[in-house]
Amino acid sequence: MPLRQYQPTTTMIKILKYSFYDLMRSRWSYVYFLFYLLLGFVLLFLNNELSKAVITLMNVIIVLVPLIGTIFGVMYYYNSKEFTELLLAQPIKRSSIFLGQYFGVAGSLTVSLVLGLGIPFTLYGLFQSNAIWDFSLLLITGAFLTLIFTAVAFNIALANENKIKGFGYAVLAWLFLAVIYDGLFLMSLIVFEEYPLDNLSLIATMFNPIDLSRTLILLKLDISALLGYTGAIFKQFFGTNLGLLMSIFMLFLWTVIPVWRLGYVAKRKDF
Amino acid sequence: MIQVESLHKKFGKNVVMAGLELDIHQGGIFAILGPNGSGKTTLIKTLLGMVIPNKGSITVMDSPVRNKWNYRQDINYLPQIANFPGNLRVKELIAMIKDIRQKPSNEQKLIGLFGLEPFLDKKLSNLSGGTKQKVNIVLTFMFDSPLIILDEPTNGLDPLSLIRLKELIFEEKAKGKTFLITSHIMQFVEEVSDQIVYLLEGKIYFKGSILELKTKTGQSNFEHAIAAISTHNNHD
Repeated sequence: MPLRQYQPTTTMIKILKYSFYDLMRSRWSYVYFLFYLLLGFVLLFLNNELSKAVITLMNVIIVLVPLIGTIFGVMYYYNSKEFTELLLAQPIKRSSIFLGQYFGVAGSLTVSLVLGLGIPFTLYGLFQSNAIWDFSLLLITGAFLTLIFTAVAFNIALANENKIKGFGYAVLAWLFLAVIYDGLFLMSLIVFEEYPLDNLSLIATMFNPIDLSRTLILLKLDISALLGYTGAIFKQFFGTNLGLLMSIFMLFLWTVIPVWRLGYVAKRKDF
Repeated sequence: MIQVESLHKKFGKNVVMAGLELDIHQGGIFAILGPNGSGKTTLIKTLLGMVIPNKGSITVMDSPVRNKWNYRQDINYLPQIANFPGNLRVKELIAMIKDIRQKPSNEQKLIGLFGLEPFLDKKLSNLSGGTKQKVNIVLTFMFDSPLIILDEPTNGLDPLSLIRLKELIFEEKAKGKTFLITSHIMQFVEEVSDQIVYLLEGKIYFKGSILELKTKTGQSNFEHAIAAISTHNNHD
């Protein structure tokens, strides 16, 4: 009976499609999209120059994209609990359900980001400008950050039955990586200033996707003044090109590991 | 049809299944009964692979359940609480489940039977509990599967729909299907079921026909017989 044989990948695409459309119909996707649209236009209006707008944009994206990915990820997981339970009783592989939902959320957020920023920059003459590669890299980093933080949020939500707890932990995770991590890092640099800390700071950057993204973009923009301590070490250690490749590879790992863990944990959980 | 061997399940420190053994043959209606928290829903969920046992093996239609999903193609399941994604319309939900199952379905007949036509374009979050349950029933019965599992199917149903549901159950039973039903409404259980499976403290405490149960407990009334079997245990 060949018709009765189910392809897990196609079911996953189906779930992805339903989650994606579900989110695309929700008001929040539009708010997110309009926010980036507005941000793009305002930045271009204020800076009057594409490359400068890219730098300002980077600072916004690096903090905001993870936050939105985290909040949307957690909210979507808890809101779709009923949908998930309905699907669990259907002939579908578990990992297809969760990965489908995850890629639906992360995909729709990425679409909002890329379209929201892409439209104003394209209208401003991005394709005729040198900033196109910088801008593309910015969007790629934004996409990575969305994938990473949505996956982290799904992992946290999956581990916590209690919505309030899950939400709290997810926001804490974001706060830690976006703000506290840098603070701790700087403090450790001050406390241990007599010791050679190059390798430590190199490793510390690798372990934080937000720092990693910042370094990646600044390496590409080649603005030494903004690179900061870790960025300078990164550049010195790897050189610009290897540094770029290395940080993209690390971002990739940061995406793959939480996504893999999501499938692994989902397989063993009781519903 | 279903073989469960020494099933153990703990939720934290709470032991829900303690070496449960169950063998169910094809055809007929099996009522799974037991006091609150005796593990009825957990048993059903382990059969569906939603709850993963700590120990023991489960086979449904010759297919081991663990880490498998294809076997669910042959099961129709009615969940206890009809919670659906709220922003979907009834029509869309039905289409979605059809798309996922990829099996022939007869939802039109069932929609007519339960008078759901006026609700097809309504969002699920705007439906009353009883209407949601009817949608739940349509989703469960629209596919032709040999095993049908109903968790509290009478929840929120009006008398007419309850009659329709019973007719539907008998109609499907006549086709040789197997039912597992949990319910707290003893009158409903007495009317529909062929066999009683009584769960207590994570084990099967009694399995047999209603007549056997009445003889065993010495009660002529089914509801009292069930009550007697639960208290009987306390005196042991």
